[in-house]
Amino acid sequence: MSATNQTTAAVEVSPVGQATPVPAEAAFTGPRRRSGAWLTQLLGNRKAAFGGLILLAFAAVAIFAPALAPYDPTEFVGRPHRPPSSEFRLGTTGSGQDMLSQLIYGTRISLGAGVIVGVATTVIGALVGLAAGYFRGRVDDFLSLLTNVMLIIPGLPLLVVLAAFLPAGFWTTVMVLIVAGWAWPARVLRSQTLSLREKDFVSSALVSGEGSWRIMLREILPNMMSIVAAGMFGAIIYAIGAQAALEFLGLGNPSAISWGTILYWAGNNAGLLVGAWWTFVPAGLCIALVAFAFALVNYAIDEITNPRLRSQRETNLALRRHRRQLGVSRATPVLRSAGQHRAAGD
Amino acid sequence: MSEPTTIEAAPSDAGKDTIEAAAPVMDIRNLTKRFPIGGMFSSHEVHALQDVSFSLPRGEVVAVVGESGSGKSTAARLLARLMPPTSGEIVYNGRDVLKEESGRASLAYRGDVQMVFQDPFGSLNPVHPVRYHLERPLKIHKKASGRRQVRERVHDLLNIVGLQPVEDFAAKFPYQLSGGQRQRVAFARALAVEPKVMLADEPVSMLDVSIRIGVLNLIERLRADEGISFLYITHDIASARYIGDKTNVMYAGRMVEGAPSGELIDNPAHPYTKLLLSAVPNPHAGLRTQETQARGEIPSLVDPPPGCPFAARCPHVMEVCRQRMPDTTWVGTDHWVRCYLYGE
Repeated sequence: MSATNQTTAAVEVSPVGQATPVPAEAAFTGPRRRSGAWLTQLLGNRKAAFGGLILLAFAAVAIFAPALAPYDPTEFVGRPHRPPSSEFRLGTTGSGQDMLSQLIYGTRISLGAGVIVGVATTVIGALVGLAAGYFRGRVDDFLSLLTNVMLIIPGLPLLVVLAAFLPAGFWTTVMVLIVAGWAWPARVLRSQTLSLREKDFVSSALVSGEGSWRIMLREILPNMMSIVAAGMFGAIIYAIGAQAALEFLGLGNPSAISWGTILYWAGNNAGLLVGAWWTFVPAGLCIALVAFAFALVNYAIDEITNPRLRSQRETNLALRRHRRQLGVSRATPVLRSAGQHRAAGD
Repeated sequence: MSEPTTIEAAPSDAGKDTIEAAAPVMDIRNLTKRFPIGGMFSSHEVHALQDVSFSLPRGEVVAVVGESGSGKSTAARLLARLMPPTSGEIVYNGRDVLKEESGRASLAYRGDVQMVFQDPFGSLNPVHPVRYHLERPLKIHKKASGRRQVRERVHDLLNIVGLQPVEDFAAKFPYQLSGGQRQRVAFARALAVEPKVMLADEPVSMLDVSIRIGVLNLIERLRADEGISFLYITHDIASARYIGDKTNVMYAGRMVEGAPSGELIDNPAHPYTKLLLSAVPNPHAGLRTQETQARGEIPSLVDPPPGCPFAARCPHVMEVCRQRMPDTTWVGTDHWVRCYLYGE
């Protein structure tokens, strides 16, 4: 009997007349229990809720930018380098545009590029990793070589070279970031696929006559969704940072409005030298805040899907709830359920 | 035996038994599988399966017994076409399937030959409900079309394997089922394609003793009602006798003896079979058992020496045993052995 069944919670008597032990739910540590439960758990997690709230706010700003921005972000509406005032809430840029409007419109490109790149690198990485791990042999040799070459080439210099040679623009930046970013998820998911490939449920599917891609996408991929999701949020953080970095270096399209170009113009117009902190601090803060929010969601997913972290958190919660009863004793705490408390006359 | 290396005589070719006049559904000839191991500088091979030949008569249960590492599961996986053999032939319904479809197995073969795995905790995908596991083969092999027909067929299958109420079981996820229930789902999935041959790789060894008999009776019922031929792989000679019409004994990648199950247990010929039988606990014998004659462990399968693999443990070992593997000798109707003790 496998260990899974040692923690049996109940005995079920089937109509055939067999009494069969029913494995306790807690014994199973798969990635998804019920399709709905996953989302409920995510929303119930404090980190996820907080991170999600920040992201929702940024997304709303991006969507409703025209309604929220007080000025046209490209128009020169005031004198350059004005500090924040009632007229310009976040001051003006070095060439006299409204900083707040630029920041609001910049959310669109920065967030959009980040999400597009994050999703695209994850999808490409997952497909490459799945194919390499599933087919093995020659296919794996070729795809692994490609992946390893992409991993060895240092990222930022490659980005700079590619961006410098291609015509500047939003989609160029996105393409460059995707090319430089797919190798890492591919590598991680390949090794996962290699181990899942050996499971009997894959062999069973093969015997049933399932096709290769169907097995990869419907049998193997759902079993590593937690890694895929966590990897995707990591990729989005990387993409937002890298996109801003490229634009700050002047390798993006300087006439487009994004957090990266705001920083680029702040540098160009000597915002730091003249002490115009409002030209670079807000954009930097926004990048940091979005990255922080994605990281929170990432941690939450890790916590929910990783049983070790989950049990740790549940223990902490339980301890907090029962602190009064436990006192300050340093002994190993033993928690009793509510019923037992009553029975014990607590 | 006049020819030195090949074994041409599978039991059904003996010609004496009239019941077996119909050709066997599956004929396995000289099946060999070697796995390369080691790195770039040392190349060794694990001889998982060596020169194994046997046949699977229509509508019978053929049991294969042997201890862990004797190549039983490798044989089943080769027959399920989960990996290609190093050499040998799999003749299914008179067609050499390895030659005719050398790459992937055809959908027709998949539709006829199904496999049930040893570990019911690993053979069902944790992310899919029972319904999904049963619907897929129905759809792939076009055994049912339309939502209602698929649904009814899924319920039929669950009824056949005795998982009622069917509605409840169809909606359950694997982690909500016990080992025996999962193994029944695995059987239902294999049955979905209406197979002719089922390869059961230790289907009860991971189950509680109390629910084993239920699964064994399920196999017996499927054989009788649906006429499915079974290859029943086990390390438990008692269950082989219970369910197997014939029993073949494997040792270290070789098949050493084969006979109808009762005959094999009453008149074991090969020293290894005798050892295997002496290891079965007998409730009437008390604690003192008859002295075992053979000792030692199963030999390493990495680059094994020539000769009989049992030579190192055999109480009757002769010089010739270490030189060359003996050929097949018939010691009775339908009873063959590969041992020099029984040569002419």
